[in-house]
Amino acid sequence: MRKAQGSWEKRILKSLNSMCTELSIPLARKRPVGQQKELLNKWNEMGTDEPDLSLFRPVYAPKDFLEVLINLRNPNYENGDSLSFRTHLGLIQVPLKVKDIPELKECFVELGLNTGQLGIDDSTQVPPELFESEHVRIGQKVLAEQDSAAAQQYIRQGSPTALRAELWALILNISSQPEDILYYEQLKTNVIQHDLLVDSLIYKDVKLTASNDDYYFVFEDYLYQVLLCFSRDTSVLAHFAYNSASPPKSYIRGKLGLEEYAVFYPPNGVIPFHGFSMYVAPLCFLYHEPYKLYQTFREMYVRFFFRLHSISSHPSGIVSLCLLFETLLQTYLPQLFYHLREIGAQPLRISFKWMVRAFSGYLATDQLLLLWDRILGYNSLEILAVLAAAVFAFRAVNLMEVTSLASAEAVLADLSTLKVMPLLQIFLFATVT
Amino acid sequence: MSRPKNQNYKGHGLSKGKEREGEWDFYWCDVSWLRENFDHTYMDDHVRISHFRNHYELTRKNYMVKNLKRFRRQLEREAGKLEAAKCDFFPKTFEMPCEYHLFVEEFRKHPGITWIMKPVARSQGKGIFLFRRLKDVMDWRKDTRNSDDQKEELPVENYVAQRYVENPYLIGGRKFDLRVYVLVMSYLPLRAWLYRDGFARFSNTRFTLSSIDDQYVHLTNVAVQKTSPDYHPKKGCKWMLQRFRQYLASKHGPQAVEALFSDMDNIFIKSLQSVQKVIISDKHCFELYGYDILIDQDLKPWLLEVNASPSLTASSQEDYELKTCLVEDTLHVVDMEARLTGKEKRIGGFDLMWNDGPVSREEGAPDLPGTGNFMTNTHLGCINDRKNQLQHLFCSLQAQKKASS
Repeated sequence: MRKAQGSWEKRILKSLNSMCTELSIPLARKRPVGQQKELLNKWNEMGTDEPDLSLFRPVYAPKDFLEVLINLRNPNYENGDSLSFRTHLGLIQVPLKVKDIPELKECFVELGLNTGQLGIDDSTQVPPELFESEHVRIGQKVLAEQDSAAAQQYIRQGSPTALRAELWALILNISSQPEDILYYEQLKTNVIQHDLLVDSLIYKDVKLTASNDDYYFVFEDYLYQVLLCFSRDTSVLAHFAYNSASPPKSYIRGKLGLEEYAVFYPPNGVIPFHGFSMYVAPLCFLYHEPYKLYQTFREMYVRFFFRLHSISSHPSGIVSLCLLFETLLQTYLPQLFYHLREIGAQPLRISFKWMVRAFSGYLATDQLLLLWDRILGYNSLEILAVLAAAVFAFRAVNLMEVTSLASAEAVLADLSTLKVMPLLQIFLFATVT
Repeated sequence: MSRPKNQNYKGHGLSKGKEREGEWDFYWCDVSWLRENFDHTYMDDHVRISHFRNHYELTRKNYMVKNLKRFRRQLEREAGKLEAAKCDFFPKTFEMPCEYHLFVEEFRKHPGITWIMKPVARSQGKGIFLFRRLKDVMDWRKDTRNSDDQKEELPVENYVAQRYVENPYLIGGRKFDLRVYVLVMSYLPLRAWLYRDGFARFSNTRFTLSSIDDQYVHLTNVAVQKTSPDYHPKKGCKWMLQRFRQYLASKHGPQAVEALFSDMDNIFIKSLQSVQKVIISDKHCFELYGYDILIDQDLKPWLLEVNASPSLTASSQEDYELKTCLVEDTLHVVDMEARLTGKEKRIGGFDLMWNDGPVSREEGAPDLPGTGNFMTNTHLGCINDRKNQLQHLFCSLQAQKKASS
């Protein structure tokens, strides 16, 4: 796995460097004072800038990453020539251990039919006395006690809208000490003083994705403020200790290969890809001070999101999620799975982009936040794979009638009307297995 | 008789079903048609038309201000200062040119604040400008005077000068206003319905008081935004009210949001009450108003204006759905087919907001405020499961009819 991740990293860095030489733009340079002043004035409205980004391309898109994952093979594993009912017919050919439905039911026991959920039991037809009011009261108590572990347990049943921002901060251990605010300001100064090639990639990504979204366009400026600072935050490097990836290195001009002149590039070691800004966009709904928004995003990234674009064998890693998704589909919806495979529409090709983005930009914001509540509550991303499978199960009837990948994509193009919690509950607890 | 139901509302216009002159049951008309023809058109009992004869008492900015001021004085006389203060939802406004001297007095009392000059009868942001110095107003006055002398063509336009709300609530650094739909079925007695859906219209550029010449910053009409160089049509720059309500709730908590929406209810009712005795109440008439509301940073809502002909053209798929459903539900409330009993409190996305008095949210509860848990029957920005509701409604109406026949 590490070998694969290593070669994938080499590819990305190569792509970045070649873009750099093609466009004759340095990876990093110090801004002249005039430009610094200008940027400082414009800090709160960077979205109004329209730099020429036509020559920049995103370094990679999720589908490129998917191709890499599909080609992963374990050289030690002998599959055997004969096809049996055990043969995995999906795209991922790495035999990692993934949970089946009985195990998932145990794991996600709080999502069961007999437990109250926000996202289901707070709908208009249900009187609030049955669940919602009590749940809100407990939430307020948890916040009053500032009990992080209790908050994590509590949020498995969903967070009330008014309490969510504080609950997430409590679970992620985010404090708003003066040092934190100062740290953010320092990052901001870094952004003002130095211009990185990666900045243009960030600009381009925001303009292509979040700015075109019907709801997130409003937060465009916040996204720049967070992402530009993020790319300069060397404290993010610490997460590489438990990440199979390693941060890309670059060398001072003319000193290629000399370790004393190696620097991590970008400073935080994370090269953004197409859609990266969508990790931040939903958070703008909750946090309004830039430093709070920044801290929350950074925490979410180093705990969860990094696993979605690095190759590892971790159960919450993207490879495991893909495998979990395919296995769930093949085992519990075999007819659908075979049908889609026959028409050349491998289900993973459609659901991959949902999982890599943790469904951001695909679900309605309130539903997305309910989903991310559970990610925090269970400290795992497996729920993304389960939801992806649940979506296929929900639209199975229509999918059985399609005859091409394009029509399958069309059936699954619009997820904005889906209600996440009922889908998950039905798939896990109400389907005959 | 022909029944030209105007199902295609892409640009409400004259109903083409006027092939046989005067033979219509329902007419979604243009205000200009109304002005010319209403007074000498005979209408049978069942006929309905989509405007009141003198709606401009509410929808022309100078008349609305005059009526509101008068109503406020009346309230103060009858019910005291506290009650009258509930009418303080429109910024200080002066009619031009007749109240010019009063305006100057007020202007001098608060030097340095920003004012906005709006033409009384135009829409879509045309002719509006901001100013801080009297000099700008005097220059403008000279211009209009001169053009009067020179050309006959330019009609003398009335303007209002209004205190500009300098601390609007911003989302993502942008200014926005709310468009809300209110359907009035009659003024005497006052019966008004509030539509659950609506939207927040964002300005495309970031808000700053330093650029009052940049009308793109300050004016949030989509019509103006469409001409801004920043405008990307795909963006649409609108949020549905549900999204807006959720956003506010996650930032300020549900109580603050309830208070805000209840203040908005107050705006709708008081504004309608202020013209209740002035509008010619004709049983054939109904009217769908588009209210423009601005929220400031203290979560206080301000009334900007009321539109008698709110735009029904759609800027996006979501917008299209909202407006189709809005028109459909309006037709349901008007009830040409006489299916309803008249006791309904909710029809599709419309909630009965005022029925010659406040309407309670609870089924069958007495509509008397001040009785403990009175919750008004308004659900602005709440879930609109209109299809379901309509299905149930018409099913039960059918059942009732069968039972009684």
